[in-house]
Order: sequence, then C-alpha cells, then structure tokens
Amino acid sequence: MGIYDILFWALSAIAVGCALGVILSRNPVNSVMYLILTFFSISGHYILMNAQFLAIVNVIVYAGAIMVLFLFVIMLMNLNADVEPQKGQLVQLAGVISGGVLFLVLLAAIKTATPIPIDKASIDIGLITNLGRVLFKDYVLPFEISSVLFLSAMIGAVVIGRKEDQGVVKGDA
Amino acid sequence: MPVNTTHYLFLSLLLFSIGIMGTLMRRNAIIIFMCIELMLNSVNLLLVAFSKAYADANAQLFVFFIMVVAAAEVAVGLAIIVMMYRKVHSVDINILNRLKH
Repeated sequence: MGIYDILFWALSAIAVGCALGVILSRNPVNSVMYLILTFFSISGHYILMNAQFLAIVNVIVYAGAIMVLFLFVIMLMNLNADVEPQKGQLVQLAGVISGGVLFLVLLAAIKTATPIPIDKASIDIGLITNLGRVLFKDYVLPFEISSVLFLSAMIGAVVIGRKEDQGVVKGDA
Repeated sequence: MPVNTTHYLFLSLLLFSIGIMGTLMRRNAIIIFMCIELMLNSVNLLLVAFSKAYADANAQLFVFFIMVVAAAEVAVGLAIIVMMYRKVHSVDINILNRLKH
C-alpha cells in the first residue's frame, strides 16, 4: 500500500465524514464549516491526481468566495440551531431511503465497470500551461460566453437584491 | 488493490447520494443550496479522475466551466434567498409552497 493509496483513503474518509456533517448538523454555520472541509479534501484529491490548477481554483473559488458568501448570508439572517426548521421524522426517513436506493442502484450499475488504473506517468496535464493552451485553442467561444454569463448573473443579483420601495426617497436605490 | 477509477466512481457516487439525501431531508433553503454545491463537486471529482485516467485535458476544462456556472448560480440564488428572507423573514422552503395556490 503506497503513499498514494493511504492519502486517497484518508482524504476520502475526511470528504465523506464532512459531507455527512453538512447534512446532519443542526447549526447552519457548522454546515458551512463542514462543507469547506469537504472542499479542501476534494482539493487534496485534485493535487493527488496532478490537477494543480483545479486544486488552487477550487480552494479560491469554492472554499474562498462561494462559502464566504454562504457564511455572510447566514450571519446576515442570524440563523442558528434554535430557529432551524426541521422536517418530520417520516419525511427525513423517506429522504434517506430515496438517497440510499439511488446509491444502491448506481452502485449495482457501475460495479462491473472496467477499472482503469490512474495513470501516474502523465503529470503535466493539469498544469496551467497545458490547460491554458487547450482553453484558448478549443474552448474560446465557451470562455467568452461564460463572461457574458457572469455579467448577466451580476446584473441579475443586483436587480433581484435591490430594495423594492425605491421612489419613496428619491435616489435611494 | 491500487487506486483506480472504480474507487473514484464509488467515492463521487457516495458524495452525490449524500447531497441528494441532504436536499430531500432539510427545509432550510441555504442548506439545500449547499447540498447542490456538494453534488456539483462530486461530479467535478469524477471528471478529474477520468481526465487523469485517460490523460485528457478536456475534462479538466469542463470542471473549470462547471465552477464558473456554479459561481454565477450561487450569486443569483443567494440574491433570491435574501429577497425572500426580506419578504417573509424565513428561509423555510415550506413557506414558499404558496406558489402552489
């Protein structure tokens, strides 16, 4: 059992345990912290698979930007375990059973998949020189369209989040 | 047994199922959002694993674009949740079912 396998099992255990913590903890702030830990362990998997650029982007974008946004909204609304709405036991059990059944069905479907060994020789795939060449050669149009998507998402967030009682005080938008 | 793609299939399937369970179990809209992010990340992990197995960089670009779309989605979704909280002072999705009536 090499160092790769040990790291794989350790990171997988952290990822699955923290993912369970996300859905089981009562306090939303704890859920956010568990999700950040899950994202960090997934970034560890990326580093393990020589996808260094994606690992860094995952930490910066997900664990940095998106989760801080979640934390900010949760603290803005002052949510805690006391005001956390809970579903009934029956509905929770139904949710667990449906998720478990989906897990079992897909597990049975992919159980017989031909295992492909993770190629330890190709180490320069995830480097930014290679990814940048592919991005700006084959994926120029999606790249430009995603900038339009970002612009529209930004405008949409501003328009939706704006206070609607403008006009009462002039220029208070 | 050395680590191969089947291990990554099982891991991302487990994370995806946990995300589904959380989406079905919780009533807090923000937690449901976080479970959706968890499912997106499990798919990302699988794409990177197959990119490594086939020595192909295209899958990693797809992960990049999934992250882009997820960031845009979170910006708009959290704006909608904040607006809803301002109106009804709750993030309980059972309050939102008045769209049915």
